[in-house]
Amino acid sequence: MKILVVDDELDVKTLFEQRFRKEIKSGEMNFIFAFSGEEALSYLAVNKHEAVLILSDINMPGMSGLELLGHIKQKFHEPPPIVMMITAYGDAENFKTAKELGADDFLTKPVDFTLLKEKLKIIN
Amino acid sequence: MVLQPILALIILQYYRKSFNKNTIPGNWKILLTAGNVISIVMLSLFILVKDSRLVVTWLGHLFLLAVIIKGYLSTELKNARSILNAFLPVAIIYFVSYITSFLFKPFYNDWQNYFDVAEIFAFIWMIPMLIISNKQRKALEKEKLKTEEAEKVNQITQKLKAGLEIQVSERTAELTAQKEELEQTLIELKATQAQLIQSEKMASLGELTAGIAHEIQNPLNFVNNFSEVNTELIAEMKAELAKGNFEEVKSIATNIDDNEKKIIYHGKRADAIVKGMLQHSRSSSSIKEPTDINALCDEYLRLAYHGLRAKDKNFNATIKTDFDNSIGSINIIPQDLGRVILNLLTNAFYAVSEKQKQKIAGYEPTVEVSTHRNLLTGKDTGGEVEIKVTDNGNGIPQRIIDKIYQPFFTTKPTGQGTGLGLSLSYDIITKGHNGNLKVESKEGEGSQFIIILNL
Repeated sequence: MKILVVDDELDVKTLFEQRFRKEIKSGEMNFIFAFSGEEALSYLAVNKHEAVLILSDINMPGMSGLELLGHIKQKFHEPPPIVMMITAYGDAENFKTAKELGADDFLTKPVDFTLLKEKLKIIN
Repeated sequence: MVLQPILALIILQYYRKSFNKNTIPGNWKILLTAGNVISIVMLSLFILVKDSRLVVTWLGHLFLLAVIIKGYLSTELKNARSILNAFLPVAIIYFVSYITSFLFKPFYNDWQNYFDVAEIFAFIWMIPMLIISNKQRKALEKEKLKTEEAEKVNQITQKLKAGLEIQVSERTAELTAQKEELEQTLIELKATQAQLIQSEKMASLGELTAGIAHEIQNPLNFVNNFSEVNTELIAEMKAELAKGNFEEVKSIATNIDDNEKKIIYHGKRADAIVKGMLQHSRSSSSIKEPTDINALCDEYLRLAYHGLRAKDKNFNATIKTDFDNSIGSINIIPQDLGRVILNLLTNAFYAVSEKQKQKIAGYEPTVEVSTHRNLLTGKDTGGEVEIKVTDNGNGIPQRIIDKIYQPFFTTKPTGQGTGLGLSLSYDIITKGHNGNLKVESKEGEGSQFIIILNL
């Protein structure tokens, strides 16, 4: 499974690589990282249909995670990748907006990786 | 000789006039009336009874002299003296002439011409004297009238003055009451201002909370997860140790070490944010301490940006920073200066977000923070530090640019701005840090606020 992780925090890459080290080793999961919404979009434009799952932070400089979500769900139609939003603000409004824009799931920081892994298993 | 009673009558009339009409003393009324009666009786006798003429003439002379002398002796008749001066020579010369003609007939006959001349001179003397005295009397009366009028005016003035004094004391009382009221109001206003300053701090704290949440949850995410990863790695390391696979153990130990460093780094990051928040909310300690101005700007830039992003999901902006690393630490009151930077940044973000709402094609909201050290331009040649906050929003219209530092002046819709941000910022920079806060703005192009601190 190919997973695109979008977050402006650079250490997110190290964190994911460590937490999913077994899955990466076994080739079960393949992670790609983008550090802004713009970077994520340009990756998706070049590598169509490659990312099956997108994990995106909402709060990023420049394009926000919600804008990115809107772009992905509008532009990449058949079938659009699954998008999970991750945010430091676990408030109802963010949750509602994300759902309206077509987010498939909603996680809050600090990320519970056990929960995330379970969710990924279900998708897989 | 019928002249003396007539003159007496005339003099008596003058006497009467010289008193005020209504103020003739009782004894003088009697005297004047008696004098008039005597004169008229003498006249009547002289005309009607020929045999009495000699006696009447004698009496006439004596009566006239008596009337004149009485006039001279009475202090009440001072005003009549000039009249008497007119009549006295006539009375005396006629009297002397008469006595001489009566007692020393031959002498009189010899000298009659001289007596006649003297009589004529006395008469001539009398007329101008009367005229002069009349004039004097009139002048005196005028003077008297004037004095009376002046007296009246004076009385009116006194009355007015008394009235005015009452008015003045009333007004004074009113003004004193007003003054006290105003003083009370001023005290209340000062209290309100203190409250408002506190609420402005709280408002900006509110702007910060969302930013703070973001800034704390992100490091916490790393602290929690790297810790968990390390626990797992230690378990793996133990397993590898049991297998005797030392190369793998070494590799895992390196990972654990790296993760531990990240945990410490992000732990400290969260700590700094909480400390900053506490500094922001507590009352200013007004103690200057060496502070890394670049770090302070960076911290508040993140807080302000994330704060706004949390409120307005559609907002985004390009953030540029240009920090002069030669600045090092400078002596400032960190929470106060932080408040100013936060305020300038909040304003800048607000300006670009407003312009973004106009949906101008190609518009890229940009906020820039830069610091710069000028070595030679400072007040005491220690140099100065410039902190510039620049935005490419709509700018500040020229007509309001002078008002932006006024307390309670705001262009934000009611309830969205206290109007105290820039006013407090100005005070903090100019009074608290002896620095300068400048603004440059072009309508439609953006604004730049420059904090200048002397080193």
